[in-house]
Amino acid sequence: MLTKLTQWSRLKSPWILHLNTGACNACDIEVVAALTPRFDVERFGILLKATPRHADVIVCTGPATRQMKDRLIRIYEQTPDPKFVIAVGACAMSGCVYRGAYNVIGGIDQVIPVDVYVPGCPVRPDAVIDGVVKLLNKLKG
Amino acid sequence: MKFQIPIGPQHPALKEPISLRMTVEGEIIRDADIRLGYNHRGLEKLAEQKTWIQNIYLTERICGICSHSHTTCYVQGVEKLMELEPPKRGLYIRTLVAELERVHSHLLWLGVAGHEAGFDSFFMYTWRDREIVMDILEIITGNRVHYGINTIGGVRRDLDEQQIKHILDSLSVLRQRSEYYKHLGTNEPSFVARLAGVGYLSREDAIALCAVGPTLRASGVPMDVRKDDPYAVYDEVPFEVCTAETGDVLGRTVVRIKELFQCYNIIEYLLKNLPSGPVAVRAPRRAKPNEVVSRYEAPRGENIHYIKSNGTDKPERLKVRAPTLGNYAATIKMLKNGFIADVPLIFAAIDPCICCAERAVSLVDARTGQEKIIVMNDLKRLSRRLSAGNIRKREAEWPL
Repeated sequence: MLTKLTQWSRLKSPWILHLNTGACNACDIEVVAALTPRFDVERFGILLKATPRHADVIVCTGPATRQMKDRLIRIYEQTPDPKFVIAVGACAMSGCVYRGAYNVIGGIDQVIPVDVYVPGCPVRPDAVIDGVVKLLNKLKG
Repeated sequence: MKFQIPIGPQHPALKEPISLRMTVEGEIIRDADIRLGYNHRGLEKLAEQKTWIQNIYLTERICGICSHSHTTCYVQGVEKLMELEPPKRGLYIRTLVAELERVHSHLLWLGVAGHEAGFDSFFMYTWRDREIVMDILEIITGNRVHYGINTIGGVRRDLDEQQIKHILDSLSVLRQRSEYYKHLGTNEPSFVARLAGVGYLSREDAIALCAVGPTLRASGVPMDVRKDDPYAVYDEVPFEVCTAETGDVLGRTVVRIKELFQCYNIIEYLLKNLPSGPVAVRAPRRAKPNEVVSRYEAPRGENIHYIKSNGTDKPERLKVRAPTLGNYAATIKMLKNGFIADVPLIFAAIDPCICCAERAVSLVDARTGQEKIIVMNDLKRLSRRLSAGNIRKREAEWPL
């Protein structure tokens, strides 16, 4: 009964933490645009949260820089279980144009496990919503 | 009793990670220190490994909000190195995209300022209107954020009559919506009261600390690269440099709202006087050994690129001075002797958008050694409570 209830609430209202690990702001702006009236993900119960301790889903943008690596791991550890990571944008997937730069490790998956990848440079807000919906379907299944 | 507050580097929304250390005495900030490097990717070194053309796409990804600023600044420099003369129509389209970008950036900033001041419906309004500009940009360039329209020697896409008509139609909608922002202060006195007197920067300090862009203009210094050192077609376009005298966050808001209307006028002028002809000229693959400094007025202020070529198809050195960096010194001055609760607002006012998000601030009590974590929401609540009793701010008037 209780597990059913938690499962239901998790599906109906996933709270996200938006984390920039060295992105150029383009993806960040598009993630925020997804929260504003035109796209409005809040109608699906998706809420942007301030701290990793309140979040279910970490939305990561940008390649993992060496300076952010430890912080990224720490934020991942602070998020309560079960936690999910969405890598948003080409940078978070593979490093994009920054691949090969001395301060860039590569994609987010080099540091923490990733559940969903959303491609695009930068991603469109529609794609962010699609990514979250795919993640929710994954949870159901 | 002094103690230190670290802020950052994790910011859940919007901007690059940054770390701030505040030395506070009670509620008053006595000193501030900015630590950078969380977002450092090694872009300048990377540029040395890529060709002139490839670097356009790299410089575009320096910043996602002023992506056109960086490419234009870079491309202008390379054109000077290659001794190219881009055709007039190409320059007009380049300027058009630049002004559209300024509109979207200022609308974004207004929303952020509203959010930080606790006026969230304003945030939603401006971001809704911003989508109109994003649609225009998508129609012109094919992309919402990284337009990829610049190329060495001109632009990559031409405009047709239908697009021009669409932009002019959308522009009248935007003008109408912006009228509301213009009268915002008269309708919302609490918003004005929250912004007035916060983050004061005097005219002398603004000049001495090399502030740039709207931060500088809000302190009453009419400096704008578009007027002082015209690039592209700004010498042909009639427009005014917008300033404010108050030197606080209110002044910076006023400057940006005034600039919005100037942008609409510039866009209209550009579309109505668009010359015919080609949009780009062919560029050589190599540039002769030389060096050049290129300046550009980005929405946030003066953007400088220094480019050095050595005769190959790759730059020997690319140095980027982004406007936010130019404003950091002034920010520290603004933060000093202010309230901790004003930090988000003051920091957002230089438009690094860094404080759009909530984040944890750790307050260390030096007497007991106790550490207290405050979420940015609580900090904002605190800021609203504190600003409620301030008499000086209550007398403020909306200047528009």
